[in-house]
Amino acid sequence: MDINTIRAGVTVAALITFLGIVAWAWSSRRRADFEAAARLPLDEGDDDATARENQK
Amino acid sequence: MKETQYNYKVVRQFAVMTVIWGIVGMLVGVVIAAQLAWPALNFDIPWLTYGRLRPLHTNAVVFAFGGSALFATSYYCVQRTSHARLFGGPLIGFTFWGWQLVILLAAITLPLGYTSSKEYAELEWPIDILIALVWVAYAVVFFGTIAKRKVKHIYVANWFFGAFILTVAILHIVNSAAVPVGPMKSYSAYAGVQDAMVQWWYGHNAVGFFLTAGFLGMMYYFIPKQAGRPVYSYRLSIVHFWALIFTYMWAGPHHLHYTALPDWAQSVGMVFSLILLAPSWGGMINGIMTLSGAWHKLRTDPILKFLIVSLSFYGMSTFEGPMMSIKTVNALSHYTDWTVGHVHSGALGWVAMITIGSLYYLLPRLFGRSEMYSIKAITLHFWITTIGIVLYIASMWIAGVMQGLMWRAVNEDGTLTYTFVESVKATYPYYVIRLTGGLLVLSGMFVMAWNMFKTIGAGKAVEGEIPPVSAGSGFDAPAHA
Repeated sequence: MDINTIRAGVTVAALITFLGIVAWAWSSRRRADFEAAARLPLDEGDDDATARENQK
Repeated sequence: MKETQYNYKVVRQFAVMTVIWGIVGMLVGVVIAAQLAWPALNFDIPWLTYGRLRPLHTNAVVFAFGGSALFATSYYCVQRTSHARLFGGPLIGFTFWGWQLVILLAAITLPLGYTSSKEYAELEWPIDILIALVWVAYAVVFFGTIAKRKVKHIYVANWFFGAFILTVAILHIVNSAAVPVGPMKSYSAYAGVQDAMVQWWYGHNAVGFFLTAGFLGMMYYFIPKQAGRPVYSYRLSIVHFWALIFTYMWAGPHHLHYTALPDWAQSVGMVFSLILLAPSWGGMINGIMTLSGAWHKLRTDPILKFLIVSLSFYGMSTFEGPMMSIKTVNALSHYTDWTVGHVHSGALGWVAMITIGSLYYLLPRLFGRSEMYSIKAITLHFWITTIGIVLYIASMWIAGVMQGLMWRAVNEDGTLTYTFVESVKATYPYYVIRLTGGLLVLSGMFVMAWNMFKTIGAGKAVEGEIPPVSAGSGFDAPAHA
């Protein structure tokens, strides 16, 4: 096969993969998981001095 | 100690060195900016000439300042969002001391004139090998920590940090491939236009992954933390991530417009650079909108000012970049100081400001304090930096467009209207304004260093407590038992 056919194929495959990721990210089934993930930095609490005192 | 606590020691080491290297790198930048205005300032000493100090400046600000900041923030973020202590034992210390050794070697060899002459990859082959070793250790520590995480999800910031670490390893190893012909001399493994294309595939992805993806990791962690709100749209952050990954790799050829590079390759580079506008602005909007409903915080919180204004500069430079990659615009802008202005809009406005904001969040927490020693000093730092950057980039825009127009001006008989030296002479006042801007940014870093040492003096080194597995966050299922 001509190498340029393979190159074009890889480019098209990459585009389809990306569109697949977009569809996956926007599917409503992912909503709960994403909300949980988005809260990760906030749910871990804080570690400034005031927060440390409150934990004691 | 140990497994119930996060490792803050290495974060502290890198965070403090970020400020130190920031001062060193920007000081060298100010020196060479002064040399452009007053060339006699090299004092006819070879080690102080522009050609040797310029790579020292770029290496110091990108790899010493920016690199240390990325190590510090990625190590902090990956531990705290994975609820796990850093993986890797002695490798952790090796990444710190190895990276400092790389910087020290750069500071010695570049002024001595040792260079592979590849932009942003000037260091000679023995140092390149050390960089590769440190980087592999960094990857083991980072991904090892992700593998032992106690939460289900890998937070989006860690995706950006992870992509930055992986891609920089590939870029560095491929672009630095060389044939050594002596202890400090080598020849690139590539020749001619292939060498140029590999160099700018590396060069632009150094911008895309070192100076963008890594710092976007910072944005996705520290803006939600400082604003106290989750990121505006998590799914947009995922699309943002993959869009950047799929497009950045192709943008390099825009550095080689109107060269021996085949025309189709130049066009591919231009088109992908234009596409990049979409994910870049998607990410910027996602960061800024995280503040939605809490805009009042921006009025009183100078750390948020740094973080949000950094995104404004990110938006500006990622709009400007695609415009400059258009061939006809590039015909005017290339080789002028417009490029220098564009780079500093990104490097000072985006990279330095998001770093400074993140460090002001980070430093007190590493030393058992709830905030920096002086909040007023942060506000002062913010305004000095902002005014400095605006002076810098505005003067370079004007200088660049002027140079481009003067170089292309022709008389009716086809001869050039201006000699080159006339454009140099016309640039002189803008070089002085640029120096003033640079001096302001540098003095801001001194304010930061004072504030940092006062904060360290008033606090003491602490380690963070890892929350117990069922911390009520809903992630009590260990992904890797």
